[in-house]
Amino acid sequence: MNPAALKANLGELPAGGALIVNEDAFTAQNLQKVGYAANPLTDGSLKQWNVFNVPISTLNGRALEGLGLTNKQVDLTKNFFALGLMFWLYERDMAGTTAWIDDKFSKRPEIAEANKRALKAGYNFGETTEIFHERYIVPPAKLAAGHYRNITGNEATALGFVAASKLAGRDLFYGSYPITPASDILHQLAGYKNFGVKTFQAEDEIAAIGAAIGASYGGAMGMTASSGPGIALKQEALGLAVMVELPLVVVDVQRSGPSTGMPTKTEQADLLQVLYGRNSDSPVAVVAPATPSECFLYAIEAWRLALKYMTPVVYMSDAFLATGAEPWRIPSLDDLPSIAVENRTEREGFYPYLRDETTLARPWAVPGTPGLEHRIGGLEKADILGNVSYDPENHHRMQLLRQAKIAGIAGDIPPLEVHGPAEGDLLVLGWGSTYGAIRSAVERLQSKGASIAHAQLRYLNPLPANTGEVVSSYKRVLIPEVNLGQLSMLIRARFLIDAIGYNRVRGKPFRIAELEAEAERILQTIGATVR
Amino acid sequence: MTDDKMENGNGARSANGAAAGAGATVELPVLTRKDFVSDQEVRWCPGCGDYSILAQTQKVMPDFGYPKENIVFISGIGCSGRLPYYMNTYGFHTIHGRAPAIATGLKAARPDLMVWVITGDGDALSIGGNHLIHSLRRNVDVRIVMFNNRIYGLTKGQASPTSELGKVTKSSPYGTIDFPVSPLAIALAAEASFIARSVDTHTEHLQKTLEAAGKHRGSTFVEVLQNCNIFNDGAFRDFTDREVREDRMLILENGQPMIFGKDRDKGIRLNKHLPEVVTIGENGVSEADLLVHDETDPLIAWMLAHLWWPDFPVPVGIVRNLTRPTHDQMLSDQIAQATSTRGAGDLKRLLNAGETWTVE
Repeated sequence: MNPAALKANLGELPAGGALIVNEDAFTAQNLQKVGYAANPLTDGSLKQWNVFNVPISTLNGRALEGLGLTNKQVDLTKNFFALGLMFWLYERDMAGTTAWIDDKFSKRPEIAEANKRALKAGYNFGETTEIFHERYIVPPAKLAAGHYRNITGNEATALGFVAASKLAGRDLFYGSYPITPASDILHQLAGYKNFGVKTFQAEDEIAAIGAAIGASYGGAMGMTASSGPGIALKQEALGLAVMVELPLVVVDVQRSGPSTGMPTKTEQADLLQVLYGRNSDSPVAVVAPATPSECFLYAIEAWRLALKYMTPVVYMSDAFLATGAEPWRIPSLDDLPSIAVENRTEREGFYPYLRDETTLARPWAVPGTPGLEHRIGGLEKADILGNVSYDPENHHRMQLLRQAKIAGIAGDIPPLEVHGPAEGDLLVLGWGSTYGAIRSAVERLQSKGASIAHAQLRYLNPLPANTGEVVSSYKRVLIPEVNLGQLSMLIRARFLIDAIGYNRVRGKPFRIAELEAEAERILQTIGATVR
Repeated sequence: MTDDKMENGNGARSANGAAAGAGATVELPVLTRKDFVSDQEVRWCPGCGDYSILAQTQKVMPDFGYPKENIVFISGIGCSGRLPYYMNTYGFHTIHGRAPAIATGLKAARPDLMVWVITGDGDALSIGGNHLIHSLRRNVDVRIVMFNNRIYGLTKGQASPTSELGKVTKSSPYGTIDFPVSPLAIALAAEASFIARSVDTHTEHLQKTLEAAGKHRGSTFVEVLQNCNIFNDGAFRDFTDREVREDRMLILENGQPMIFGKDRDKGIRLNKHLPEVVTIGENGVSEADLLVHDETDPLIAWMLAHLWWPDFPVPVGIVRNLTRPTHDQMLSDQIAQATSTRGAGDLKRLLNAGETWTVE
């Protein structure tokens, strides 16, 4: 920690926690820059923490003597010294990081050497000095048996779409305009040309979704991705996809807004935009993975629904999910679902808007199919025939059909799962990347004897069929969201329950402790006991 | 079917939508204009120039050797946007200005199709300007036909990007204060590989122009001067009327001197670097002094894009015609190359890439 980092992060550290500072960085100038009137290392303000003063810059500088680097280069390596110290403190093996350094700086061996030396010096410092009285051992996480790799949400998303393309037996077309934090998906997919993936860096967000719609019209799996501001631009075209009922997947990697907002920071505030941000009643299916690993499966799920129901599906991720990494159990290809659908080729009885009785999907008759020449478009269509129609009753019927098609998906998705008692005092209901913080907070309170359960929605439209039953089975429902209460509003409106929102929009994910405290506060208001 | 037609494109050779191998020939049923007429009632205003464009479009379709199921018409919003409903091919009436973007995706996914975009001056040059520019510069193999009537017709008569300065319309009762844009100059700046202009009522010329556009491979832009008899009647009458057109329009022929006039006695000559109208036989001017049209010359094209009545005759015909690799071809080539150097994608290997470990 230097003074700036100390100031920014101290609030996150519980009393009694260990604080390791680079005392070399606590110069008068650095202190003044972030507004410290006195040096917190010496004025007694850090009493409630366990402070370790380490002259990291000096020690690291000495360790790198003789390598012929500039002072600036030496200074840049000091984080590896700190990392080495952490390796010692937690008794971890450094081989992985050493290999990573060699790989990352393979073209600049002198920099690789300096970083490795800094890493070792930090480790050795921990071992030879006696300022730390304790070391910590974190046992390996209890993971299910299997083959694993680390993966971020964006990586898993991209892999999921390639897998979906294979499973459906159709080429993937990915139209995209650069935007943080969604661009990584474009970068990754652009490298998968040998999987038949066609990527298209469009001139703008509208062209990106327009081209995707064109590709789907041609029988490919057309998709696009963006973040909030780009999704806003795509909405008219998304409405077209609703009207012409073509399969399409739109990824929204949400970030902090409104407007440009804080592009690199996370938020979950596009839910209402995605559900209701288009002209007229314009229903789309919406899925939202909860962890980086889940991004893979929900990418496939988004496509399963899009193809089966001939509908646009919005896949909601966010900056936290996109860049967060975790171990991912690599699935066996045999475990993945088949999501293939057939094009319509039969001339007999073909009508562009004659629907499948079960799914209400219209036929996918792609150009090149003889005898099925027909016209589609954004104008209202006559039921079944698909010709332009201004008939009042027909429009009403088509609006209901479009709605019923999406609502019907509820019978084709798993019920909302509850972690904890099936009924009780408090349900904490979340969606998207809040999963980890909510689950840990709920488990802490469960271990203290509270009657509390957790449910995480992965489908926002339609909601799982049992959602109403679940939210009605507890005395209170708490809905934490990184927005000002969007899911809360939907749940309150739909199920007429007095859901309580917990809403913080700081561009950061929730902390476990704050959710635990909020849940405990609500439990106390109904007289529930927590040990 | 001539050999020439056989080589038009991937989709042109096979009736089932899949490209046949090089040199393979499949007998196609002989199609006529009637095969391209849909069962939908045409609903443009009586007397609209769009009827003629539709008729010429239907007429040239059999010439390209594509089975009709391999032809797609995509449109945006405006009176022109209705055309796909009247073509008995595949058709997609999309949203305002976005047809070139949708066509780009379709053509990328399906190189075997022949794709046309039908648009208007508002649709293409105003709300859809960005997509027009970028589909042209990418050399997307799509034929864009822009009906230019210098007015918003469907919304009942507002000024468009091609309306002349000072034009009084419903949205500009004191006259527009916006300078108009030259569609051909936009297409040139965007590096379209084929650029042409024709007139709705000059049916023979229009047919010839659409035929050439259909045979081009790459981004194709055709401006059709079209009369809106309700909201901008007579917009081009000064030079397109039968009595005056020969004297006031210049019909471009590649490799031929730029001659016009009822008596074929007028021409365009360069005076230093600027064009001027001259009369053959006057002041010692002979045909040899005239500028010769070259469809590959960017400076001639730029000059032609700015000639307009009454200072000059209005040029019609093919302004520019270049052979360049198309967007879908380059995309397919990259995929073929990646597949040949790295092997066809192996999903199992992809999922297991990088550092992995096993938990027992």
